[in-house]
Amino acid sequence: MRSHLVLLVIFAFFVSLIFAVIAKDDGREQLRFGGMMFGGFLASALVLGWLMYPFPL
Amino acid sequence: MRATAAEETQSGTLVLLCLASWAIPGAGHLWLGRRSKGLIFLIALPVMFALGLALQGRLFPFDLNEPLVGLAAIADLGIGVPYFIATTLGYGGGEVRAVTYEYGNAYLIVAGLLNLLVVIDAFDVAMGRK
Repeated sequence: MRSHLVLLVIFAFFVSLIFAVIAKDDGREQLRFGGMMFGGFLASALVLGWLMYPFPL
Repeated sequence: MRATAAEETQSGTLVLLCLASWAIPGAGHLWLGRRSKGLIFLIALPVMFALGLALQGRLFPFDLNEPLVGLAAIADLGIGVPYFIATTLGYGGGEVRAVTYEYGNAYLIVAGLLNLLVVIDAFDVAMGRK
């Protein structure tokens, strides 16, 4: 498994899952909170990735 | 003012609860009857830790001369018993040339830190704050 995107998605899934379960008690709230967090992780990673694109190391 | 016997018993139980919660991810929540939360922690955190090892991440040594390495070691230790199992079995050496090395480190460190958050959550539940 070498795809950075897949590794990023799995990482975001686990972190969102744990935070959602810690922060919320109700199942629907956990799903909503975790989903928003997961989407936020992915969106911010993609946006930052494209913003850094013109500046290779 | 001296603590009463009941208070001492309660604080002793709290210490045991936090230790159990640290050693086995989710054990604190299972102890407190939060079965679904405990099971999610019990499965998700060791899986994340194992993925970190599979991605050639490194379990950092306690090197106080390198502050960041020392902090990473403390974070790695946060996962509890799985850390000792991995080190006993010889995992966590880290392969710095592997493409996934940094991802592995991130998985290992964050799994440990998340487990420490779970310990704090179990403490809050036991104190009746949640």
